Amino acid sequence: MDCFAGVDVGSQAAKAVVLDGEGRLLGRALLDTGPDFGRSARRALEEALSQAGAPRESVRVLVGTGYGRASVPGAHRAITEITCHARGVAWLFPEARLLLDVGGQDSKAVRLGPGGKVEGFAMNDKCAAGTGKFLSVLAQSLGTGIEGLGPAGLRASKELHLSSTCTVFAESEVISLLSRGESVPDVAHAVHAAMARRLVGLVRQAGLQEPAVFTGGGALNADLVRSVEGALGIRFRIPEEPAFTGALGAALLAREAALAPSPR
Amino acid sequence: MTLVREARYRLMKDLVLPAALRAREGRRRARKADPLFGPPLKSGAELKRIMARHYALARYAKGARPVAYVTSGAPVELLRPLGFYTLYPENHSALCGARKVGDRMALHAEARGFSPDLCSYARIDLGHAFSGESPAGELPPPDLLFCTTNICQTVMYWFKALAHHHRVPLVVLDTPYLHGGREEGPALRYFRDQMVEAVPRLERVACRDFEEGRFLAALESSRRASLLWGKVLETLKARPAPLTIFDAFVHLMPVVSLRGLPVCERYYEGLLAEAEERVRRGVAAVPGERFRLLWDNIAIWFALGSLARLFARAGAVPVAATYTHAWAETVQDLEETDPFDGLAKAYGRIFLNRDLAHRRDLLLTLAREYGVHGVVFHSARSCKPYSIGQYDMRGALEAQLPLRTVVLEADMADGRVWSEAQAETRLQAFFESLER
Repeated sequence: MDCFAGVDVGSQAAKAVVLDGEGRLLGRALLDTGPDFGRSARRALEEALSQAGAPRESVRVLVGTGYGRASVPGAHRAITEITCHARGVAWLFPEARLLLDVGGQDSKAVRLGPGGKVEGFAMNDKCAAGTGKFLSVLAQSLGTGIEGLGPAGLRASKELHLSSTCTVFAESEVISLLSRGESVPDVAHAVHAAMARRLVGLVRQAGLQEPAVFTGGGALNADLVRSVEGALGIRFRIPEEPAFTGALGAALLAREAALAPSPR
Repeated sequence: MTLVREARYRLMKDLVLPAALRAREGRRRARKADPLFGPPLKSGAELKRIMARHYALARYAKGARPVAYVTSGAPVELLRPLGFYTLYPENHSALCGARKVGDRMALHAEARGFSPDLCSYARIDLGHAFSGESPAGELPPPDLLFCTTNICQTVMYWFKALAHHHRVPLVVLDTPYLHGGREEGPALRYFRDQMVEAVPRLERVACRDFEEGRFLAALESSRRASLLWGKVLETLKARPAPLTIFDAFVHLMPVVSLRGLPVCERYYEGLLAEAEERVRRGVAAVPGERFRLLWDNIAIWFALGSLARLFARAGAVPVAATYTHAWAETVQDLEETDPFDGLAKAYGRIFLNRDLAHRRDLLLTLAREYGVHGVVFHSARSCKPYSIGQYDMRGALEAQLPLRTVVLEADMADGRVWSEAQAETRLQAFFESLER
């Protein structure tokens, strides 16, 4: 059986998705990226293929995306994560008109047209504030771990204000709030509120439209999602496995490329 | 003493430097042709010769000619009849950026307390003043600083710092911002009067009389060069475009820094003939031209080559830019009967001195005339006056024309704010959105 694969090599995690000719999910895998992009991409793909019970030769088209898109071994094409996320979101939520993706090193807001067409987008500038990295650094100071940050924030009982959105200065601000006796949940919530302010700026740059979908690892953080929703006054739809949206889009584009070869 | 210097200057200008440059060209190996691009412009060699001679000759100018440092938007035609050797700090800073030493030079200014948030051209130039470092070799200190605020207000403070450092006279021409709907007459008259008043000061520095005949000749030469430059840019309306805006960024140098001199006119006669010939023969700057783009803001000098390749790989060809257009936009105004009126209009009305509505309309006109599919807004970290309003203009363009836009965060000369991987992702995603 022919299958189609997408590998999304992000700064934090490498994700692979394998689909059949109908677009049905056969297998997926997520691994830490580590320093060797090519190796992580290969391992993620192998794991997804073994889950699918498909040999490597059955992959008719492979598309690489994410920061390491050019280092996916054997990829037929490299397509940016913006186009891939848009395609993945349109497959999951055909009516979606806006996508907010919070990844490890990048956050992006993408205005979508029909069929997942990218109409415009905005990304964070050369700065870690507003990206997954911001959360990882602060989760470390708070001792919650990245998975514990969202649940902690949901338990907050008061509003604190983090004045800095710079990752480095926010970290020292978090430490001083803790030493002043503020609770971990309250500080965690303040972290999400600070990040939400950055993300709202991105969404407004791209152009706020609904329905909106939240993807990337950041979508797993319920308190962050809630903070952004509160600031924008909208509700997001969230894929079941938001971290795979880019790899899914890449696999869908691989399938489309095989069905209708483009001149590219 | 002056006579000796004069003789040395002439000897270098007419004999030694041309011979040395020819010898250097002979030694230089031909670059391998890049299949991404069409045949290189032949005028490129002449451009290198002219600019290399201009910078090399500068060091022999001291004592033989009065030396002036001039801002890019200043009416240099006033200096030409007085024989000033003119150097453009902005042009030199761009050169430092292109040679990737901008960051290092800016550090000399930052070490003296100039904030990294200030204009990178200013920081690099002040860094040059403090350290004497330059990729162009040794540059003579100025006898005069000549500055006009039509491009930004920073130039005034920057040139004040230079005046303090070099202890030389500074002439500032103040050009009030022109708002649409408000009468421009008083602002332009005020600018005109300052030019008239400046002449005796310029004469004192040059120790020479301002001769009207020479002034008019410089004006005419400047007008012709700007007209020719405008015609060169118009050849980019052809499909495929015979050169790209990335080429134009480089070929812009003479009209910026040698305006009003015969060499500048001659250069653009040659470049125009070559561009027109390429159009006739259907020679493409990028053989796979697919998307035509409009560029807003100054070039990203330190990444010009890598950006040109990234664009060319996608078949994306920038064919127009507000920046390159600035030296052609107001040239008709120089035809005024009163030469000072003409200068006031030509330099007062440049788009950086006008409101955002004018800038939006200019972008719309260029987008229509050059048939572009998308617009790249370079948001220059340290050039606020040029970068302000880009998001509003982007919205206005998207609302009125069927095109895509992208904002690229960078700087004209300070590579420290540049993240290549992020820029590449943005641009590739933008090209993909043009495609789908």
